[in-house]
Amino acid sequence: MLPSLGYGILVITLLVLIYSVAVAIYGEVKKSAAMVESARRAMLLALPLITVASAILIYLLINDRYDVEYVWSVTNRSMPMYLKITAWWGGQPGSLLFWSWLLSSFTSAVTLRKWDRDRELLPWVLVVTGITLAFFISLNVFFENPFKLVPAGVSIPLDGRGLNPLLRHPGMIIHPPAQYLGFVAFTIPFAFAIAALITGRTDDRWIRITRRWTLWAWLFLSLGLVLGMRWAYDVLGWGGYWGWDPVEIAALMPWLTGTAFLHSVMIQEKRGMLKHWNMILIILTFDLVIFGTFLTRSGVLSSVHAFAQSEIGPLFFVFIVFIFVASFALLIHRWVDLKSETEMKSMLSREALFLLNNLLFLSILVVSFWGVMFPLISELFTGSKVTVGPPFYERATGPLWGALMLLMGVAPLSAWGHSTIKTLGRSIWKPAVAALIAPIWALIAGITNWVALIGFTLIALVITVSIREFWRGAQARSKRSGESFFSELWKLIKRNRRRYGGYIIHISMVLMGIGIIGIELFQSDTQQHLGIGDQVELAGYTVQYDRLDQFRHEDGRFITRGEMSLSKDGKDLGTLAPRYDLYPDGQPMTIPAVRSTLVDDVYIILVNWEGITAESTPFKVYHNPLVKWVWIGGYVFIAGIIIAAWRDEEEEKI
Amino acid sequence: MKKFNILLLLIILLSLFSIGTVAAQGGTEEISDDEVNAIASQLFCPVCENTPLDVCETQACKQWRELIRLQLSEGATEAEVKQYFVDNYGARVLSEPPREGFSLLVYFVPPVIILLGIFILFRAFKQWQKNDEDEADASTTEASPVSASETSDPEDDYLARFEEELRKKD
Repeated sequence: MLPSLGYGILVITLLVLIYSVAVAIYGEVKKSAAMVESARRAMLLALPLITVASAILIYLLINDRYDVEYVWSVTNRSMPMYLKITAWWGGQPGSLLFWSWLLSSFTSAVTLRKWDRDRELLPWVLVVTGITLAFFISLNVFFENPFKLVPAGVSIPLDGRGLNPLLRHPGMIIHPPAQYLGFVAFTIPFAFAIAALITGRTDDRWIRITRRWTLWAWLFLSLGLVLGMRWAYDVLGWGGYWGWDPVEIAALMPWLTGTAFLHSVMIQEKRGMLKHWNMILIILTFDLVIFGTFLTRSGVLSSVHAFAQSEIGPLFFVFIVFIFVASFALLIHRWVDLKSETEMKSMLSREALFLLNNLLFLSILVVSFWGVMFPLISELFTGSKVTVGPPFYERATGPLWGALMLLMGVAPLSAWGHSTIKTLGRSIWKPAVAALIAPIWALIAGITNWVALIGFTLIALVITVSIREFWRGAQARSKRSGESFFSELWKLIKRNRRRYGGYIIHISMVLMGIGIIGIELFQSDTQQHLGIGDQVELAGYTVQYDRLDQFRHEDGRFITRGEMSLSKDGKDLGTLAPRYDLYPDGQPMTIPAVRSTLVDDVYIILVNWEGITAESTPFKVYHNPLVKWVWIGGYVFIAGIIIAAWRDEEEEKI
Repeated sequence: MKKFNILLLLIILLSLFSIGTVAAQGGTEEISDDEVNAIASQLFCPVCENTPLDVCETQACKQWRELIRLQLSEGATEAEVKQYFVDNYGARVLSEPPREGFSLLVYFVPPVIILLGIFILFRAFKQWQKNDEDEADASTTEASPVSASETSDPEDDYLARFEEELRKKD
């Protein structure tokens, strides 16, 4: 009964959305405000409908209704309540429904905004968001029904299969929602961009309306990436956080174009330039969002043949091509109307450097896209699969990331409109000299790797330049007004959130850079079979294997737990306990033990797959220098973006 | 007689080989996990998706690592071990496509597109500058706040610009 009700509601949602899209178009063509209003109200129905469907699914999940295939496949009786709820997005059909629910929340929020000034955009925003939402709901309705019952005649299972243990980590519970929020939220700026193209509004109104939407979308997309990295580091047990896996790249690609977009819209706002380019970027970002979902959902990554077997793969592909062709056809149609209001004057002006930034982000995108697609292309044309792994991406994108850091150091010092080598040189020499402290310090500390030295110099430059911007601004204001430095600093940030939030984000990025340089260039590891009492030496640390416990946890897991004492130069640094959990359903999980400091991490895993014997246990010890800075950068980043995206009190009401 | 000589030679050779094998078997323990992983980390599991061989948990991968250990103990070089895996499981075990034939495309396409991007951007800059000069010729009287500041103190330049940007914000 309940599953049928849930499915019925999804079907009704789809019909309501089709109605909304059709009536919005019809109302616009017939110039009927009442019709458009009807379409708007229909769109408002989507959120309550999908919420009820989702509530039914959650009810089925927490009540162990194993007659529903999805419930059986992602939960079991021993799972705690919160995991049963989060199992909502623990599998394909549920996560598609979750995606639709998030999107419907966004479309409702945008539908409820005050439309007085932008009435003409409304129908087209409804059409774009409605089509996108209808696409995802139709995937649930026609292919991936979360309410599908076990086939008649098959006895109802007594217990479920349970959630994949890898997905039981807190990082993995928040990572998918954050990632999805980021993905889904980009629908809104895209919808406004398309509405602007269709209606021919060539000013930057669509950018101003969606400015904060875009920032929030970007926040969640970035948060999703960082949480995913943290999860990989804590759970996957290979000593790293980023493996240039196609799934990771699928999430990185819209982030690259989205970041380029965030920068280049400022040029349009300030100078009325690059209108075409901003359109291209938002179309690309949205298409890459759908493409990323497609890559991870269709099975195409494992093989082009899996793509053919997957039911939703071809449909996704059609949708991606449709978005791409329709959007660019519109853009070409409006090409002439989107002429720039001013011209670029100097190759060192702020806007020129922003364009360079765009070029770099897009170059990283080209490398990533081509790297992900090449194995498929190769399989398609030659029949043989190849792997495009980390060495390819690291070599190709390393210099590009470095150049981006240099830009973060230089661009804040250049002026809008006009800059010359002379003006730029005058403002940069002091921070540049100050930044040299970093490589000198590193040299004294014994680091001779030239890539690291360049990296540390650039990091120091960005930090000096960014902090100096705060200092100079507050100092200048305080001199003029006579108020204290800190109250002026506060006012300064409040007055121009995006600018100063942006500088904090720059700082956060290079803080992450410290960690990335540390682990990429200086990671070391060793794997050894140890007997009780044996010791391993790595990077000055001594790890001693003290004891091994094997026991069954009350939730059914069989746990193998090693205890190691860590010391350095004879000083005891505590106990580390790497674990290997075997779940009742046979799924294993390797849980590393980590001692993390600002200088380095000691990361130990119990390499159970090599086999434990009475005499010896295999352990792998990693030394990961500076990696904690990746997470510190993550926190600073969140702070920066919240400052940038917070509603400006002085901002015009939008 | 000649045949007998050849047979004798073969027997001697075979026994030499078997001694070599016995010696190698004795040496298996000397190949450390780290030496195996040094090669395994550059190879990808031939059956799973995108999993480096050194951290792959499947039984098959464990056997492949043992195979690397065995080959190393028999004196194989890193290149030979990798070649063995390529010959048996295809180029997909390598962490990068081989630099030959169709796979060359993976290395050439991105630089070509990026260079094209640089070219387009550079041309656009030139065009803008040209337009700007044309405009400047048309109206030479336009006062530029920046050209004035070029002769003044950089701090003043910064403050002037800073105030200007804050004013624009209002």
